[in-house]
Amino acid sequence: MTSLLAVEDLGATGIREVLRLADSFVEVSERAIPRVPALRGRTVATVFFEDSTRTRLSFETAAKRLSADTMTFSVSTSSVNKGESLRDTVETVAAMGIDAMIVRHRSAGVPWQVSRWIDASIINAGDGWHEHPTQALLDCYTVRQALGRDDPFPGLRVAIVGDIKHSRVARSNVAAFSALGARVTLVAPPTLMPPSLEGWPVEVSHDLDAVLADTDVVYLLRIQAERMNEALFPSLREYSARYGMTRERAGRLCSSALIMHPGPMNRGVEIAAEVSSLPNSLITRQVTNGVAVRMAVLFRLLGAPEASEALVAHA
Amino acid sequence: MAERERLLTPPLGGVFVARAQVMTAEDVSRATTRIAHEVAERNHGLDDLVLVGLQTGGVPLARRVADALETAYGQAVPVGSLDVAFYRDDIGLRPVLPEAVTNIPWDLTGLTVVLVDDVFFTGRTVRAALNALADHGRARSVQLAVMVDRGHRELPIRPDFVGKNLPTRRDEMVDVSASGVMLGDVVVK
Repeated sequence: MTSLLAVEDLGATGIREVLRLADSFVEVSERAIPRVPALRGRTVATVFFEDSTRTRLSFETAAKRLSADTMTFSVSTSSVNKGESLRDTVETVAAMGIDAMIVRHRSAGVPWQVSRWIDASIINAGDGWHEHPTQALLDCYTVRQALGRDDPFPGLRVAIVGDIKHSRVARSNVAAFSALGARVTLVAPPTLMPPSLEGWPVEVSHDLDAVLADTDVVYLLRIQAERMNEALFPSLREYSARYGMTRERAGRLCSSALIMHPGPMNRGVEIAAEVSSLPNSLITRQVTNGVAVRMAVLFRLLGAPEASEALVAHA
Repeated sequence: MAERERLLTPPLGGVFVARAQVMTAEDVSRATTRIAHEVAERNHGLDDLVLVGLQTGGVPLARRVADALETAYGQAVPVGSLDVAFYRDDIGLRPVLPEAVTNIPWDLTGLTVVLVDDVFFTGRTVRAALNALADHGRARSVQLAVMVDRGHRELPIRPDFVGKNLPTRRDEMVDVSASGVMLGDVVVK
């Protein structure tokens, strides 16, 4: 594996490997000096054509804790504003000499396209409505950590609630959780469901209250106002009344159920302010684990694969 | 990292074929007890002493040394584990074992650390371990205990406590387990 464009690139075995490897990096992150020299001399560029707080900072922290050098590209301060094309932009960054490029773009498929233009490893940090694989990996890791078992996924009931249609997080999480054997239910009003769910290994519900009691993990998605060009529900209040995780709904979950959200949260819309700080809410832990999981992904891409080649050559 | 895991992990995917038994289980047990006494002798007791086993082969050995120390001196010595995969200079040449995790929950500043490994070979693992230890504080001194010293050093590092000096060929493999020490070859299928 030289790039991570979608969860499918890893498969169930690859996902499990990343999760186990992340254990080592969680330990590194807890040290007084949370840094190892594993990727010394490697350069990682974050190339984001779309806004981000946690994903970019998380990747940069991960790269730095592995002693890699980092380069940051922001569209707002770049020559893209002078009309430079996507291809010229990424080829310019690549020409500086980089080992990995972390790409976010509002259009699906851009990371895949970029991976055909340049030699560096490409990590998809979110492309349009398509995929956000490292988010899914850190979500799986957080669930595994919270449940305290190496493989808690077979039969685990995961409900993904909210704007499925516009959500790359939902797509990646469906792929990852179901690859590991969890049972995923999508919960959303019909207007926020993708036009076709053919081939998705999921169940579908339009009634959050009906699935609450039979769920181990409730995964709330952000209402993405910036991707909505039409009126898909009458009002935020109405959405919140039917699909929001209110205090009252949180009380009806079974006691061991976990609450997750990829951030940024619209407090009072998909999640009530006080719910996000309940003890069974994993939202902060998701962010913390994001660094360790991204370290595992970077290390797997830049540390391990040459290993295989070198070993085969030596043998 | 134990040679066994390193060499037998895919993609190398070899199989260890034992040729000769070099130490029996009893030999290993006696050597462990002797190493324990030598550690206590060198350090004039067990105060401010910690044992750190190198993942993966050194970890059970470090526990056995600690048990021997407790039996002989009635004093429990803390045992940690250290995975040096992220500190190696040949990173990318060897597979990383995801299950091997570092566990050193103490600040090592001012303590005497005895690193414990099963087989001492090129010295590169120990070089990496010294760098890794430095991230956990400034130890007062670091000593090295190994069950088998098989020679072929590539770095100026020597062990302080040795179970057995074993002359080997470079391409041979030494396997240390609870049932003793075997010398053999890795056969790649």
